Amino acid sequence: MSAHGHDIPVAELIDVTRTYRMGGNEVRALDGFSHSFGRGEYWAIMGSSGSGKSTLLNLLACIDRPSSGVYKVDGVDTGTLDDDALSELRSRKLGFIFQAYNLIPQLDVLENIMTPLFYQDDPPPDGPERARKLAARVGLANRLDHRPMQLSGGQQQRVAIARALVNHPALILADEATGNLDSATALEILALFDELHAEGRTIVMVTHEPDVGERAQHVMRLKDGRIESIVRDQHTAARSEFYASAEAAS
Amino acid sequence: MKGGALWRTVRLGVSSLLLHKLRSALTTMGVLFGVSSVIAMLAIGEGASAEAQEQIRLLGSNNIILRSVKPREDFATSSSQTTRVVSYGLTEEDLERIEKTFPGVARVVPVREIYEEVRFSDRAMNPRVMATLPMYREVTNRVMYEGRFLTDQDMERVANVCVLSDSVASYLFPVDSPVGQEVKIGADYYTVVGVLLSRVRAPSDTAPAGKSTAEVFIPLETGRKWYGSMQVKMRAGSREMEEVELHEIVVEVANPKNVPMVAEACREMLRRNHKQPDYEDVVPLELLLRAEETKRIFNIVLGSIASISLLVGGIGIMNVMLATVTERTREIGIRRALGAKRRHIVTQFLVETVVLSVGGGLFGVALGLLVPAFVEHFAKMRTIITPTAPLLAFAISAGIGVVFGIYPAWRAANMDPVEALRHE
Repeated sequence: MSAHGHDIPVAELIDVTRTYRMGGNEVRALDGFSHSFGRGEYWAIMGSSGSGKSTLLNLLACIDRPSSGVYKVDGVDTGTLDDDALSELRSRKLGFIFQAYNLIPQLDVLENIMTPLFYQDDPPPDGPERARKLAARVGLANRLDHRPMQLSGGQQQRVAIARALVNHPALILADEATGNLDSATALEILALFDELHAEGRTIVMVTHEPDVGERAQHVMRLKDGRIESIVRDQHTAARSEFYASAEAAS
Repeated sequence: MKGGALWRTVRLGVSSLLLHKLRSALTTMGVLFGVSSVIAMLAIGEGASAEAQEQIRLLGSNNIILRSVKPREDFATSSSQTTRVVSYGLTEEDLERIEKTFPGVARVVPVREIYEEVRFSDRAMNPRVMATLPMYREVTNRVMYEGRFLTDQDMERVANVCVLSDSVASYLFPVDSPVGQEVKIGADYYTVVGVLLSRVRAPSDTAPAGKSTAEVFIPLETGRKWYGSMQVKMRAGSREMEEVELHEIVVEVANPKNVPMVAEACREMLRRNHKQPDYEDVVPLELLLRAEETKRIFNIVLGSIASISLLVGGIGIMNVMLATVTERTREIGIRRALGAKRRHIVTQFLVETVVLSVGGGLFGVALGLLVPAFVEHFAKMRTIITPTAPLLAFAISAGIGVVFGIYPAWRAANMDPVEALRHE
């Protein structure tokens, strides 16, 4: 990622439209969307269901393609890439954290963390080492040989976060990452996100929970496939207030 | 894909299959039984046909055996009601024609049978007493057990000597060696000079069906001298006279290639010179060819049955894999989102199918090797496992995995990742 200057946005969408056909009607899930996600930024995308936030996330994750418009990851126009190149880009530049953890049940913790590396054309030789370090970082150093089923929801999500970091991604995408967790565990996960942000990683998080959205650096609200509002640098005071109330609750 | 990556994919495939042990085990059954039945059936078929071929080969694939056969009553020339003379069969003339005029014939051996009882002290039996030439043993590939066979001197001297087959020897001489002893054939005494090993009974042996392999050989000249061509068979209420010049002619052909031609010539010659069908021919080479043809048909039938069972096994695997792909839609979505290319997904599912079918194939080979051993032990049938059979069956099972795995794998790889991730 150092090949590019810091002025190039990690993810840049220019006039992106995504339409679906639903029973003969054309639905515009995303309508002329333009935005740049800068390096080191921590974004929360909010909006009611049907606002287009899932569509935006799928496009950002390169598992969906825009119907029109341009999407660049680290300056690379994804419209020029074929399926294989897009897959390679996913395994090298993107980290994905899902609501339902989405670990692979047959694999143990270490293998789950390494999964994105398996699919790179030139897997790095230090994969297991990276995975072990990340597992230690998310507090699962002693569970490397456990299967997902043997872990709690919070632990599974930690594995998923480690997996999202193993390929040193340019962009970390989180889809309702705390949606399936109890509030205490959710706070732990959000604290991890804060750490990642503090390290200078770029995070885009989709959520419909205001509490979670408040933790991000910037907030974008979507409505009907368009940007409704953007709040940059939410008040730090609000955040410390949130911390205080959370501590009181636990 | 690199070796390490493939190995990891195989390991992953195995562990995915182990998540559903019963299902995977049942799925492999189709291939398992298909493969094992192919190997077992081939082994049993191969053994049976090898046995038949070996027995035919013992008759001498260079030989043509012509035999006198008593024609049906209405063909026979009869003289009176109570004493009838039945005259039929091969003649000295036939022998001479074959010997003198047929090209490609190496040796011709006449055999005359004498219907007399053979006894030694108080033991008696009724073997085939055959008057023949010394070269009979060589032409028919018979093996001496002890002593010697008939010689040219025996012929010149018109000696009263005989050679017993081992079944006759062991009946008449349960303890001592018969060589040097004298046995009584009809009214005359013969010195035993040797014992010949009996041939294993084949379904189409030289001996007509129902006759035992008990045989006694005497020099042809001795037979001619003491017993004319007219022989009397005593039956309840009637005497039957039979006039048969020669009971059997063994024709040895120099080059096996010419056997069919010479056989045809013999048939043609006999057809012309015999008014009645009082002869038959046995051509071991033709029997051999027929046995080989039978084996070929057998193999085709077995092959079809086996392919059907393997096809059914393959369809079973495909069915389960399609269900598996649907069941694991979400996993496919996750893997695609994490960067798996289509070929990774194809490989993953193809490997699983191949592991299933190859696993079934391996166990099938093991079972297929066990079954013939059991058959051999309990049914006392000979079985032959050719090295190609297990290899072929195994290769086919692996091929089935690929063929029937391609479609499910292709379906998995072409899923829309977004849809797949949404799948519950």
